[in-house]
Amino acid sequence: MRSSTEGRLLGDFLKGLWKESPTFRLLLGMCPTLAVTNAAQNGFAMGLATTFTLVSASTIVSLIRKVIPNQVRIPSFVVVIATFVTMVDLFLKGKFPGISKALGPYVPLIVVNCVILGRQEVFASRNPVHRAIADALGMGLGFTWALTLLGVIREILGMGSIFGVHIMGSWFRPWIIMILPPGAFLTLGMLIGFMNTLTGRTAGRSAQG
Amino acid sequence: MQQQRVVVSVSPHIVTSVTVSRLMYMVVLALIPAAAVSLYFFRLKAALLITICVITALLTEALLQKARGKAITVDDGSALLTGLLLALNLPPSMPLWAAILGTVVAIGLGKQIFGGLGYNIFNPALVGRAFLSATFPVLMTTWTRPLAWSRLPVDATTVATPLGLMKFEHFRTSYLKLLEGNVSGSLGETSVVALVIGASYLLIKGYMDWRTPLSYLGTVALFGGVFWLINPHRYPDPLFHLLAGGLMLGALFMATDPVTTPITKAGRWVFGLGAGLIVVVIRLWGGLPEGVAYSILFMNGVTPLINRYTRPRRFGEVRRHA
Repeated sequence: MRSSTEGRLLGDFLKGLWKESPTFRLLLGMCPTLAVTNAAQNGFAMGLATTFTLVSASTIVSLIRKVIPNQVRIPSFVVVIATFVTMVDLFLKGKFPGISKALGPYVPLIVVNCVILGRQEVFASRNPVHRAIADALGMGLGFTWALTLLGVIREILGMGSIFGVHIMGSWFRPWIIMILPPGAFLTLGMLIGFMNTLTGRTAGRSAQG
Repeated sequence: MQQQRVVVSVSPHIVTSVTVSRLMYMVVLALIPAAAVSLYFFRLKAALLITICVITALLTEALLQKARGKAITVDDGSALLTGLLLALNLPPSMPLWAAILGTVVAIGLGKQIFGGLGYNIFNPALVGRAFLSATFPVLMTTWTRPLAWSRLPVDATTVATPLGLMKFEHFRTSYLKLLEGNVSGSLGETSVVALVIGASYLLIKGYMDWRTPLSYLGTVALFGGVFWLINPHRYPDPLFHLLAGGLMLGALFMATDPVTTPITKAGRWVFGLGAGLIVVVIRLWGGLPEGVAYSILFMNGVTPLINRYTRPRRFGEVRRHA
């Protein structure tokens, strides 16, 4: 095992924020992305809950990666993830019952979030613990900002508020569709399209084939 | 360049002078009676809505084509038609800013995002309408009484549509009123006579296939009629089904859109059948009084599947035994 430089650690961290953004690039974890982003606060809370689970699970999985038999690695990851999800669930229920209620079944469903399972499989189970933590933090925060952005856009248009604070005047008539499921698909699609345009991704792809 | 997209059947083809653009303008022409009736019944509001929707549609189309670096083809009549159809699908009391938003969505999300004319899956005008229905449900279901006999151009009386009256109050509007269009409803859906006049022109000229409207209207009449026979007090009769709501506008002008409906003859029968069943189901048991827009959008979605399963056999092709 080569010793990692700080630059490489930074790279592990940063790639999740933009270049390999789980939401906009890998398109992983679409279920919570679409389901709970009807308000900025819900998106932010879901992002943080996922980040906590991801970082904790990646740490443990990276530490025990040498002892997990290859044949049962996925069940092992799920057991580790489920442990932390249970902690998050109980914590939210105890300290933030409102948010817990708003997120509903999507908190326990973090267990099967592809972002988390995906990072265990492709990163944490193959890399030393400090790199695994950097990767998990980057991915988690990348997920968080994406969900918060979706929530902010949908909340402004759908309710005229941001984090629960009304910012639109009385003239504003809420676009109800934005807090309904179609609003999630519309917003996500537009953001991905916008990001692809911004980085010239579509142009590059069509030039290749 | 545009002609090549009007492939409606397998070869051999006969070359005709009818282009997509010409077809679009013909449909616009055929909608003029309905638009004129809406001007008569709803006055200034109808004029403003139609003008605003058409202008917004043309501007959106041009801006998006420019942004995408494509040739600007606002003169092909398709955006004009979408704007006009959307306006005819709106209630007269719709605020102009909401109509503008709906038109931008219709052209942007309904058409240009898929690649423009010929590539869109769903009827753009109906995408706009469905977006507005989900976005501003109250505005989209606030209906005003026709203004034809009133001197006041603005403040109209709010009243339910014939289908709403039927569904929620079991009140039957007279057929004559439904035929001439002197009822509340979307701008262009109220007058059956005007819609039929316009559509007959298209049918006679051969710009419209009779199969889709016939199968659509026939299914609604038959399927709706069965329930009327079972319980005439509870369910409306087939004639009422045909004359009320947006069925005529939808069946004659939106289920016949060449882009978003099946290209095979058998497929057109299937399309009308499916849409007709959905309309009756929504009207009789759904939460909404009317379901024409959703029926067409739904069938638009399965159109590629219909095309695939109703593909005619090639000359000499033998059916393969599995």
